[in-house]
Amino acid sequence: MTTGGPLPAALRTEALEQLLTERGLIDPKVMDGIITNYETNVGPLNGAKVVARAWTDPQYRRRLLEDGTAAIKELGFSGSQGEHIVVVENTATTHNVVVCTLCSCYPWPVLGLPPSWYKDPAYRARMVKEPRTVLSEMGLELADDVRITVRDSTSEVRWLVLPERPAGTEHLPEEQLVPLVTRDAMVGVAKVKAP
Amino acid sequence: MTTPLEGQSATTAPLDAEGPAAPPRSNGELVFVEPWQSRAFGMAVTLSEAGVFTWPQFRAALIARISAWESAPVKDENWNYYQHWLDALQDVLVGQGTVSADEVTARTRTLARRPPGHDHPHPR
Repeated sequence: MTTGGPLPAALRTEALEQLLTERGLIDPKVMDGIITNYETNVGPLNGAKVVARAWTDPQYRRRLLEDGTAAIKELGFSGSQGEHIVVVENTATTHNVVVCTLCSCYPWPVLGLPPSWYKDPAYRARMVKEPRTVLSEMGLELADDVRITVRDSTSEVRWLVLPERPAGTEHLPEEQLVPLVTRDAMVGVAKVKAP
Repeated sequence: MTTPLEGQSATTAPLDAEGPAAPPRSNGELVFVEPWQSRAFGMAVTLSEAGVFTWPQFRAALIARISAWESAPVKDENWNYYQHWLDALQDVLVGQGTVSADEVTARTRTLARRPPGHDHPHPR
């Protein structure tokens, strides 16, 4: 490292952690647990379970659309960034897609931490301006008569998309629907495909 | 300090070891590319859950850092999300007097002077 040059992020992070630990503000072991939880446990599978339940249980679906946070908590998923989850439903004629134009807000308890492209300046800037084009570039072609609504996380709200249940899956039970539901479909940049 | 994991415990349901949502590449990529990113992430979450600052405070600082990078006519550095995250964390902590920028710099320089291999286990 050169004196006076920019300080490497890794060392500055370590310095901060030391100072905060010395002040008793963080317990590294507690922090380890939080990190491990997000690295290994919390992910899109949680959201997929929510979606599959909503597809197979009309009353749950109604509760989910009325109060996302409460309905999601019914399945045992809660925590940071899940305090105000609003669920919006995609249909054959309406398509919702989620973005956080200012930073990277994302419903952690149901989707885990966001992927790189979600945090990328290009996605964040372009999705609000030209959603149809961006969706097409990401592999999702929507018919011209499909209305697109871009959901921007500008307040405390964290959006979750309830994707459209694909045709041909009517006979499938809930547990066989779960693996079909992808992270991208719950952000609204893809559709769920039948197996 | 309360145990921040309490609010998370319900999320630790058993997971399938394979399949599209299998951790840790549940997003098709590693959650953290470098170890320091996970520490910077963990510090922000731990501190907000412990009430050292609120999440909206941190979010505002993160937005300010990202916005500054995006509006700069000349980019000194490539887009690095967790760099902004770390800067925002330090902004909040320095702003409320929890740490000073000088002591962070001093400690960082001290750590930088460690001999190579300092973090490798030494045989006893």
